[in-house]
Amino acid sequence: MDAIRRYFRSPAAVVGLVLLLVVIAMAITAGFLYPRDPLALAGRPLQWPFANPRFLLGTDNSGRDIAAQIFYGARISLLIGGVATLIAIVIGVLIGAFAGYYGGWIDNVLMRITEAFQTLPNFVLLLVLVAVFGSTLTTVTIAVGVVSWTAPARLTRAEFMSLRNREFVQAGRTLGMKDIQLILGEILPNALPPVIVYASVVMATAILLESALAFLRLSDPNVASWGNLIGLGRDVLRVQWYVSAIPGIAILLTVLAVSLVGQGLNDALNPRLKSR
Amino acid sequence: MSETGAILTIDNLSVRLPDGADRSHALQGVSLSIAANEILCVVGESGSGKSIMANAIMQLLPRDVEIDGGRVMFEGRDLASATTAEMRKVRGAGIAMIFQEPMTALNPLRNIGDQIGEMFSIHTDLSKAEIKARVLALLADVRIPDPAQAARAYPHELSGGQRQRAMIAMALALDPRLLIADEPTTALDVTTQAQILKLIRELQVRRKTAVLFITHDFGVVAEIADRVVVMQHGAVVEIGDVKDVLNNPQHAYTKQLIAAVPPLTAPAPRELSDDIILSIDNVSKTYRNGGFLGRGARVTHAVRDVSLKLPRGATLGIVGESGSGKSTLARCIVRLIDPDAGSIVLEGKDWAKLSREDVRRETRHIQMVFQDPYASLNPRRKAGDLVAQGPIVHGTPRGKAIADAKELFSMVGLDPSAIGRFPHEFSGGQRQRIGLARALALKPDVLVADEAVSALDVSVQAQVLKMLADLRERLGLSIVFITHDLRVAAQICDLVAVMKDGEVVEHGLAGEVFGNPQHAYTKALLASIPGGDFARGRKVEL
Repeated sequence: MDAIRRYFRSPAAVVGLVLLLVVIAMAITAGFLYPRDPLALAGRPLQWPFANPRFLLGTDNSGRDIAAQIFYGARISLLIGGVATLIAIVIGVLIGAFAGYYGGWIDNVLMRITEAFQTLPNFVLLLVLVAVFGSTLTTVTIAVGVVSWTAPARLTRAEFMSLRNREFVQAGRTLGMKDIQLILGEILPNALPPVIVYASVVMATAILLESALAFLRLSDPNVASWGNLIGLGRDVLRVQWYVSAIPGIAILLTVLAVSLVGQGLNDALNPRLKSR
Repeated sequence: MSETGAILTIDNLSVRLPDGADRSHALQGVSLSIAANEILCVVGESGSGKSIMANAIMQLLPRDVEIDGGRVMFEGRDLASATTAEMRKVRGAGIAMIFQEPMTALNPLRNIGDQIGEMFSIHTDLSKAEIKARVLALLADVRIPDPAQAARAYPHELSGGQRQRAMIAMALALDPRLLIADEPTTALDVTTQAQILKLIRELQVRRKTAVLFITHDFGVVAEIADRVVVMQHGAVVEIGDVKDVLNNPQHAYTKQLIAAVPPLTAPAPRELSDDIILSIDNVSKTYRNGGFLGRGARVTHAVRDVSLKLPRGATLGIVGESGSGKSTLARCIVRLIDPDAGSIVLEGKDWAKLSREDVRRETRHIQMVFQDPYASLNPRRKAGDLVAQGPIVHGTPRGKAIADAKELFSMVGLDPSAIGRFPHEFSGGQRQRIGLARALALKPDVLVADEAVSALDVSVQAQVLKMLADLRERLGLSIVFITHDLRVAAQICDLVAVMKDGEVVEHGLAGEVFGNPQHAYTKALLASIPGGDFARGRKVEL
């Protein structure tokens, strides 16, 4: 409860939360406000924003409503950000927990695997995965998750290594707990706060990775995503710059919101670090 | 003592704590003065404000904590209102300070000679050669063996006692008129502590420095003080000559503190059962580290061929200094560490040779209480869950385990309705009671207590020891009690084993070991206890 109070004391964290709630609200209301398919032709192509009251944010080079695509795109960005982050954190925490708790050869094997992933730039690895498995929404989401787990794994491992010899863990062992009970019940809850904070970084990166993929026209073309819209606007960038700029601003604000929330969580969960 | 002889006068000093702290002021209206050539001991329990006072004098208070009244007069100046630049001149040259933990107070990346030399290069214009000569003279002055080598050594290459000597050398470098010592011997072993106390006394007499000595230990007070200030909740409750305060305390709190100091004489021996419940035979544990293919490897014999017997219902004390192997032995007994050789027989089963799976199943026969009441409780579990955890692991239904936890709470003197609270909502002594309740929840035959009262204030320590003695009778517990503090061991143990470098050098009935020690090391340990004569003169009241 203290943590919640501390969170709301920081103006930046509150702004981040409000922005994030706005994005979530857009995702929820997209269906009511724009009942038609956002990828269907709606009117004359390349109308400027505010020029036509029917298309508040204008239309893109195929004549589709940009506002509708922005609202539906919020769904895709949040979906990819959320699910990919979940995948990355679950893989990372599992590998980090086992490596950190057991040490020895288990740690060696798991950390060499982690390093193998880390030596490849994650965007290159993402391109390879998408090239091999295709670019549907599902494969893109999983691929983004699979390239993002290494940092959470190292973080979890470090936490486990410092926690595994604490007296309360030894006390659990003398009570007769099994290793899995110690890992999940005793150590993990204490190791989680920094990992949760780091999850916001993973989520921001995941949204950016998907946009970068879409910009290269390698993401799923059959969904209305912000990245796809930027990629499309590339062709008319010098004159009708708003086609790329509007989804760009949406991405910027979403990533900013996630980062501010993460920073706010960090200060709220580790109050002593902030005053240093 | 005349007012003109005072070097430092604190006049009605108040220090305010930030909002949300447990009290509004860390110090409230504190007045005292220190004369040249005297050692003034400030004694109090944790939270009494004694360290805040030292930091307030030096203007080293944490952020949000500030002086909001009173004066600190030093050499005709009020330090409470001095600027940062003025304070820099006072620190080190006028008032020097030594801390509890010399390892954290020294820079690990620079050698001792450089760090002491820095005092001269900052405050004086001496040449390099002169500084070097002064540093060596200082190190010789604090009785470090081979000063030239110590000057080249890095902090981690020295022992704890030598590090504290180096800190004292650094503090005395510029001949300060006042030395503030904040629990300088608390982290040291008892024999080292005795040497450091002697050194401080000696230097003080030779250099006529005034010393403000902060401690929680009345034994240290009896050993070193000229005058004593007793503090409680940020206020001075008693001030006077050391003999008057120790022998004829006026304030109720002082009386209570002195009564809580453990006496050194063992209580009348209890009758011991012939039935041996735990038998430790020839147990050894060796650590090897470093070295490639066996070259340059360091071998540490943590426990060497230890054999001890614990009669049913008795308390076996294992005493020794840090590095003596007593904690390793305790962890071998509960199998947190696997011993290399020997047997540990409990109720006919060789505990040293059980498989991990069997240890897990049998663990309810032998339980452990840990040292640190802050680290030994999982901060994310409620107190009741912590106590109920053990029985639940061994198959007790949750509802029953929680009901039992309530009973255990009242057994260890806690409010049963507090089971819904988290560990951080309890004080250190209460947390240690929770740790004890957790161990007792499995109804063990043998309890291993590893420095279980060492982190507690004396008055709380006495309460927990009393409770332990009481539970021992009521539940028929047999206890292995590990401690570095011979005074604590003398109070509760029937049998005592003294360990040094992994070996038991002497063991026997507590009264005999303390009353008539045979081994030279035991004698040295007993002679090193601060305020030994004072402690010996008192009676046990368990």
